[in-house]
Amino acid sequence: MEFNSALPIYLQVVTAIKREIVSGRIALGEKLPSGRDLALMYTINPNTASRVYKELESEGICFTRRGLGTFVSEDPDLVKRLREEMAQELLEQFLEGMRNLGISQEEAVELIRKGDL
Amino acid sequence: MLESREITKKFGRKTAVDHVTLRLEPGKIYAMLGPNGSGKTTWMKMAAGLVKPTSGEMLYKGEPIGVESRREIAYMSTEPYFYSWMTAKDVGKYYEDFFEDFSMERYQQLLQSMELTEDLKTKVLSSGMMAKLKIAVTMARKAKVILLDEPLNGIDLMARDQIMRAVVESAAPDVALMLSSHLVDELERVVDSAIFMKESHLIEVSDVEKLRIRQGKSIVDRYREIYGNGGEQVC
Repeated sequence: MEFNSALPIYLQVVTAIKREIVSGRIALGEKLPSGRDLALMYTINPNTASRVYKELESEGICFTRRGLGTFVSEDPDLVKRLREEMAQELLEQFLEGMRNLGISQEEAVELIRKGDL
Repeated sequence: MLESREITKKFGRKTAVDHVTLRLEPGKIYAMLGPNGSGKTTWMKMAAGLVKPTSGEMLYKGEPIGVESRREIAYMSTEPYFYSWMTAKDVGKYYEDFFEDFSMERYQQLLQSMELTEDLKTKVLSSGMMAKLKIAVTMARKAKVILLDEPLNGIDLMARDQIMRAVVESAAPDVALMLSSHLVDELERVVDSAIFMKESHLIEVSDVEKLRIRQGKSIVDRYREIYGNGGEQVC
C-alpha cells in the first residue's frame, strides 16, 4: 500500500480496513490479524499498528477479547454506517474539487447524471 | 536505554560528531538520516564500542559502553566482513561462536524469509543478497539494541521490501532498532522517529506520526526542508 505524505499513517490504514469491511472482504465478527501481523501486512511500524486497533476500537468498529485477539464488531448496522460515512467523505472531497474548478452544484449534478456509476 | 551525552569524535582536525545528545528508547525503531559525512556511521560505531569518543559519553543502561554492553548491542557495518570461502551456513556458525545471544533457528528463519539458502557461497552473492545475509546474521542475535548502517544501500526494490519486513518482525517492546539511510521514503513507514544529522550535529528528532498530525508533513518533506537540494537523493 502506498501512503499519502500529509496524513497520519495509522489513519490511512484505518481507512483501508474500513474499506475491506464495507466491501465484505472482511466479515462482521471476523478475527483480525495480531498487531504484529498487521504491521507485517502493511509493512508499517508495530506501534503504528497498535494505534490502528486503538482507533478502530474507539470508533466501535472492532473490539478486543482478552487473550483471543481483536475482532470486527458484530453490529449488523456497521457496514451501512461505514458506507455512509465514507460516501460522505468522498462527496465532500468531490464537491470541494468541483468548487475549486468553478463548477456550480447544478453543473456537478449534471456531470454525475452523464457519468457512469 | 542507549544514550549519548554531548558526545564528540574528532579524527585529526575533522570533527565527525559534534556534541550530540541523543537517547534511544526500547520498543522503538529509529531512522538515522543525513547525507554522507554527517556523522551517522561514527555515532553508531561509538554506540557499538568500535570507536572511542573524543569527549562526552555513550551510555548503555546508564553504564559506559564496554564489554558488557557489546553483548547486548548488535551492529551491522557497511563494510563487507565475511571470508569469501564462507557459505551462508558458515557465516551463521562463525556468529554462533562469537555471540552468546546468536540464535541459529532465528538465523535460518530470516534466511528463508529473505529467500536465501544456507549453501550459498558468499563470494558469488549479488550486492542485494549480501545485504540480506548481513542483516539476517545481525538480527539473528537476541540483542537489545540493533544498529543497521545503510541496510538499504544499493539494493533492488524486492530485496528492500524483504529487509523492511525483517525489520518489522524483529521489533519488540524491549528492543531499540536504528537504521541509517538516505532512502528516507522507504524507512518512513516502519520507523517511530527520524533523527536528522547534518554536518556532524544533531538537528532534530521527529516523531513520524506527530509530524503528520501537527504539521501535515512527512519525514520526506522535513528531510527536504533540512537538507535542501544538498541532501542527495531522497528516494
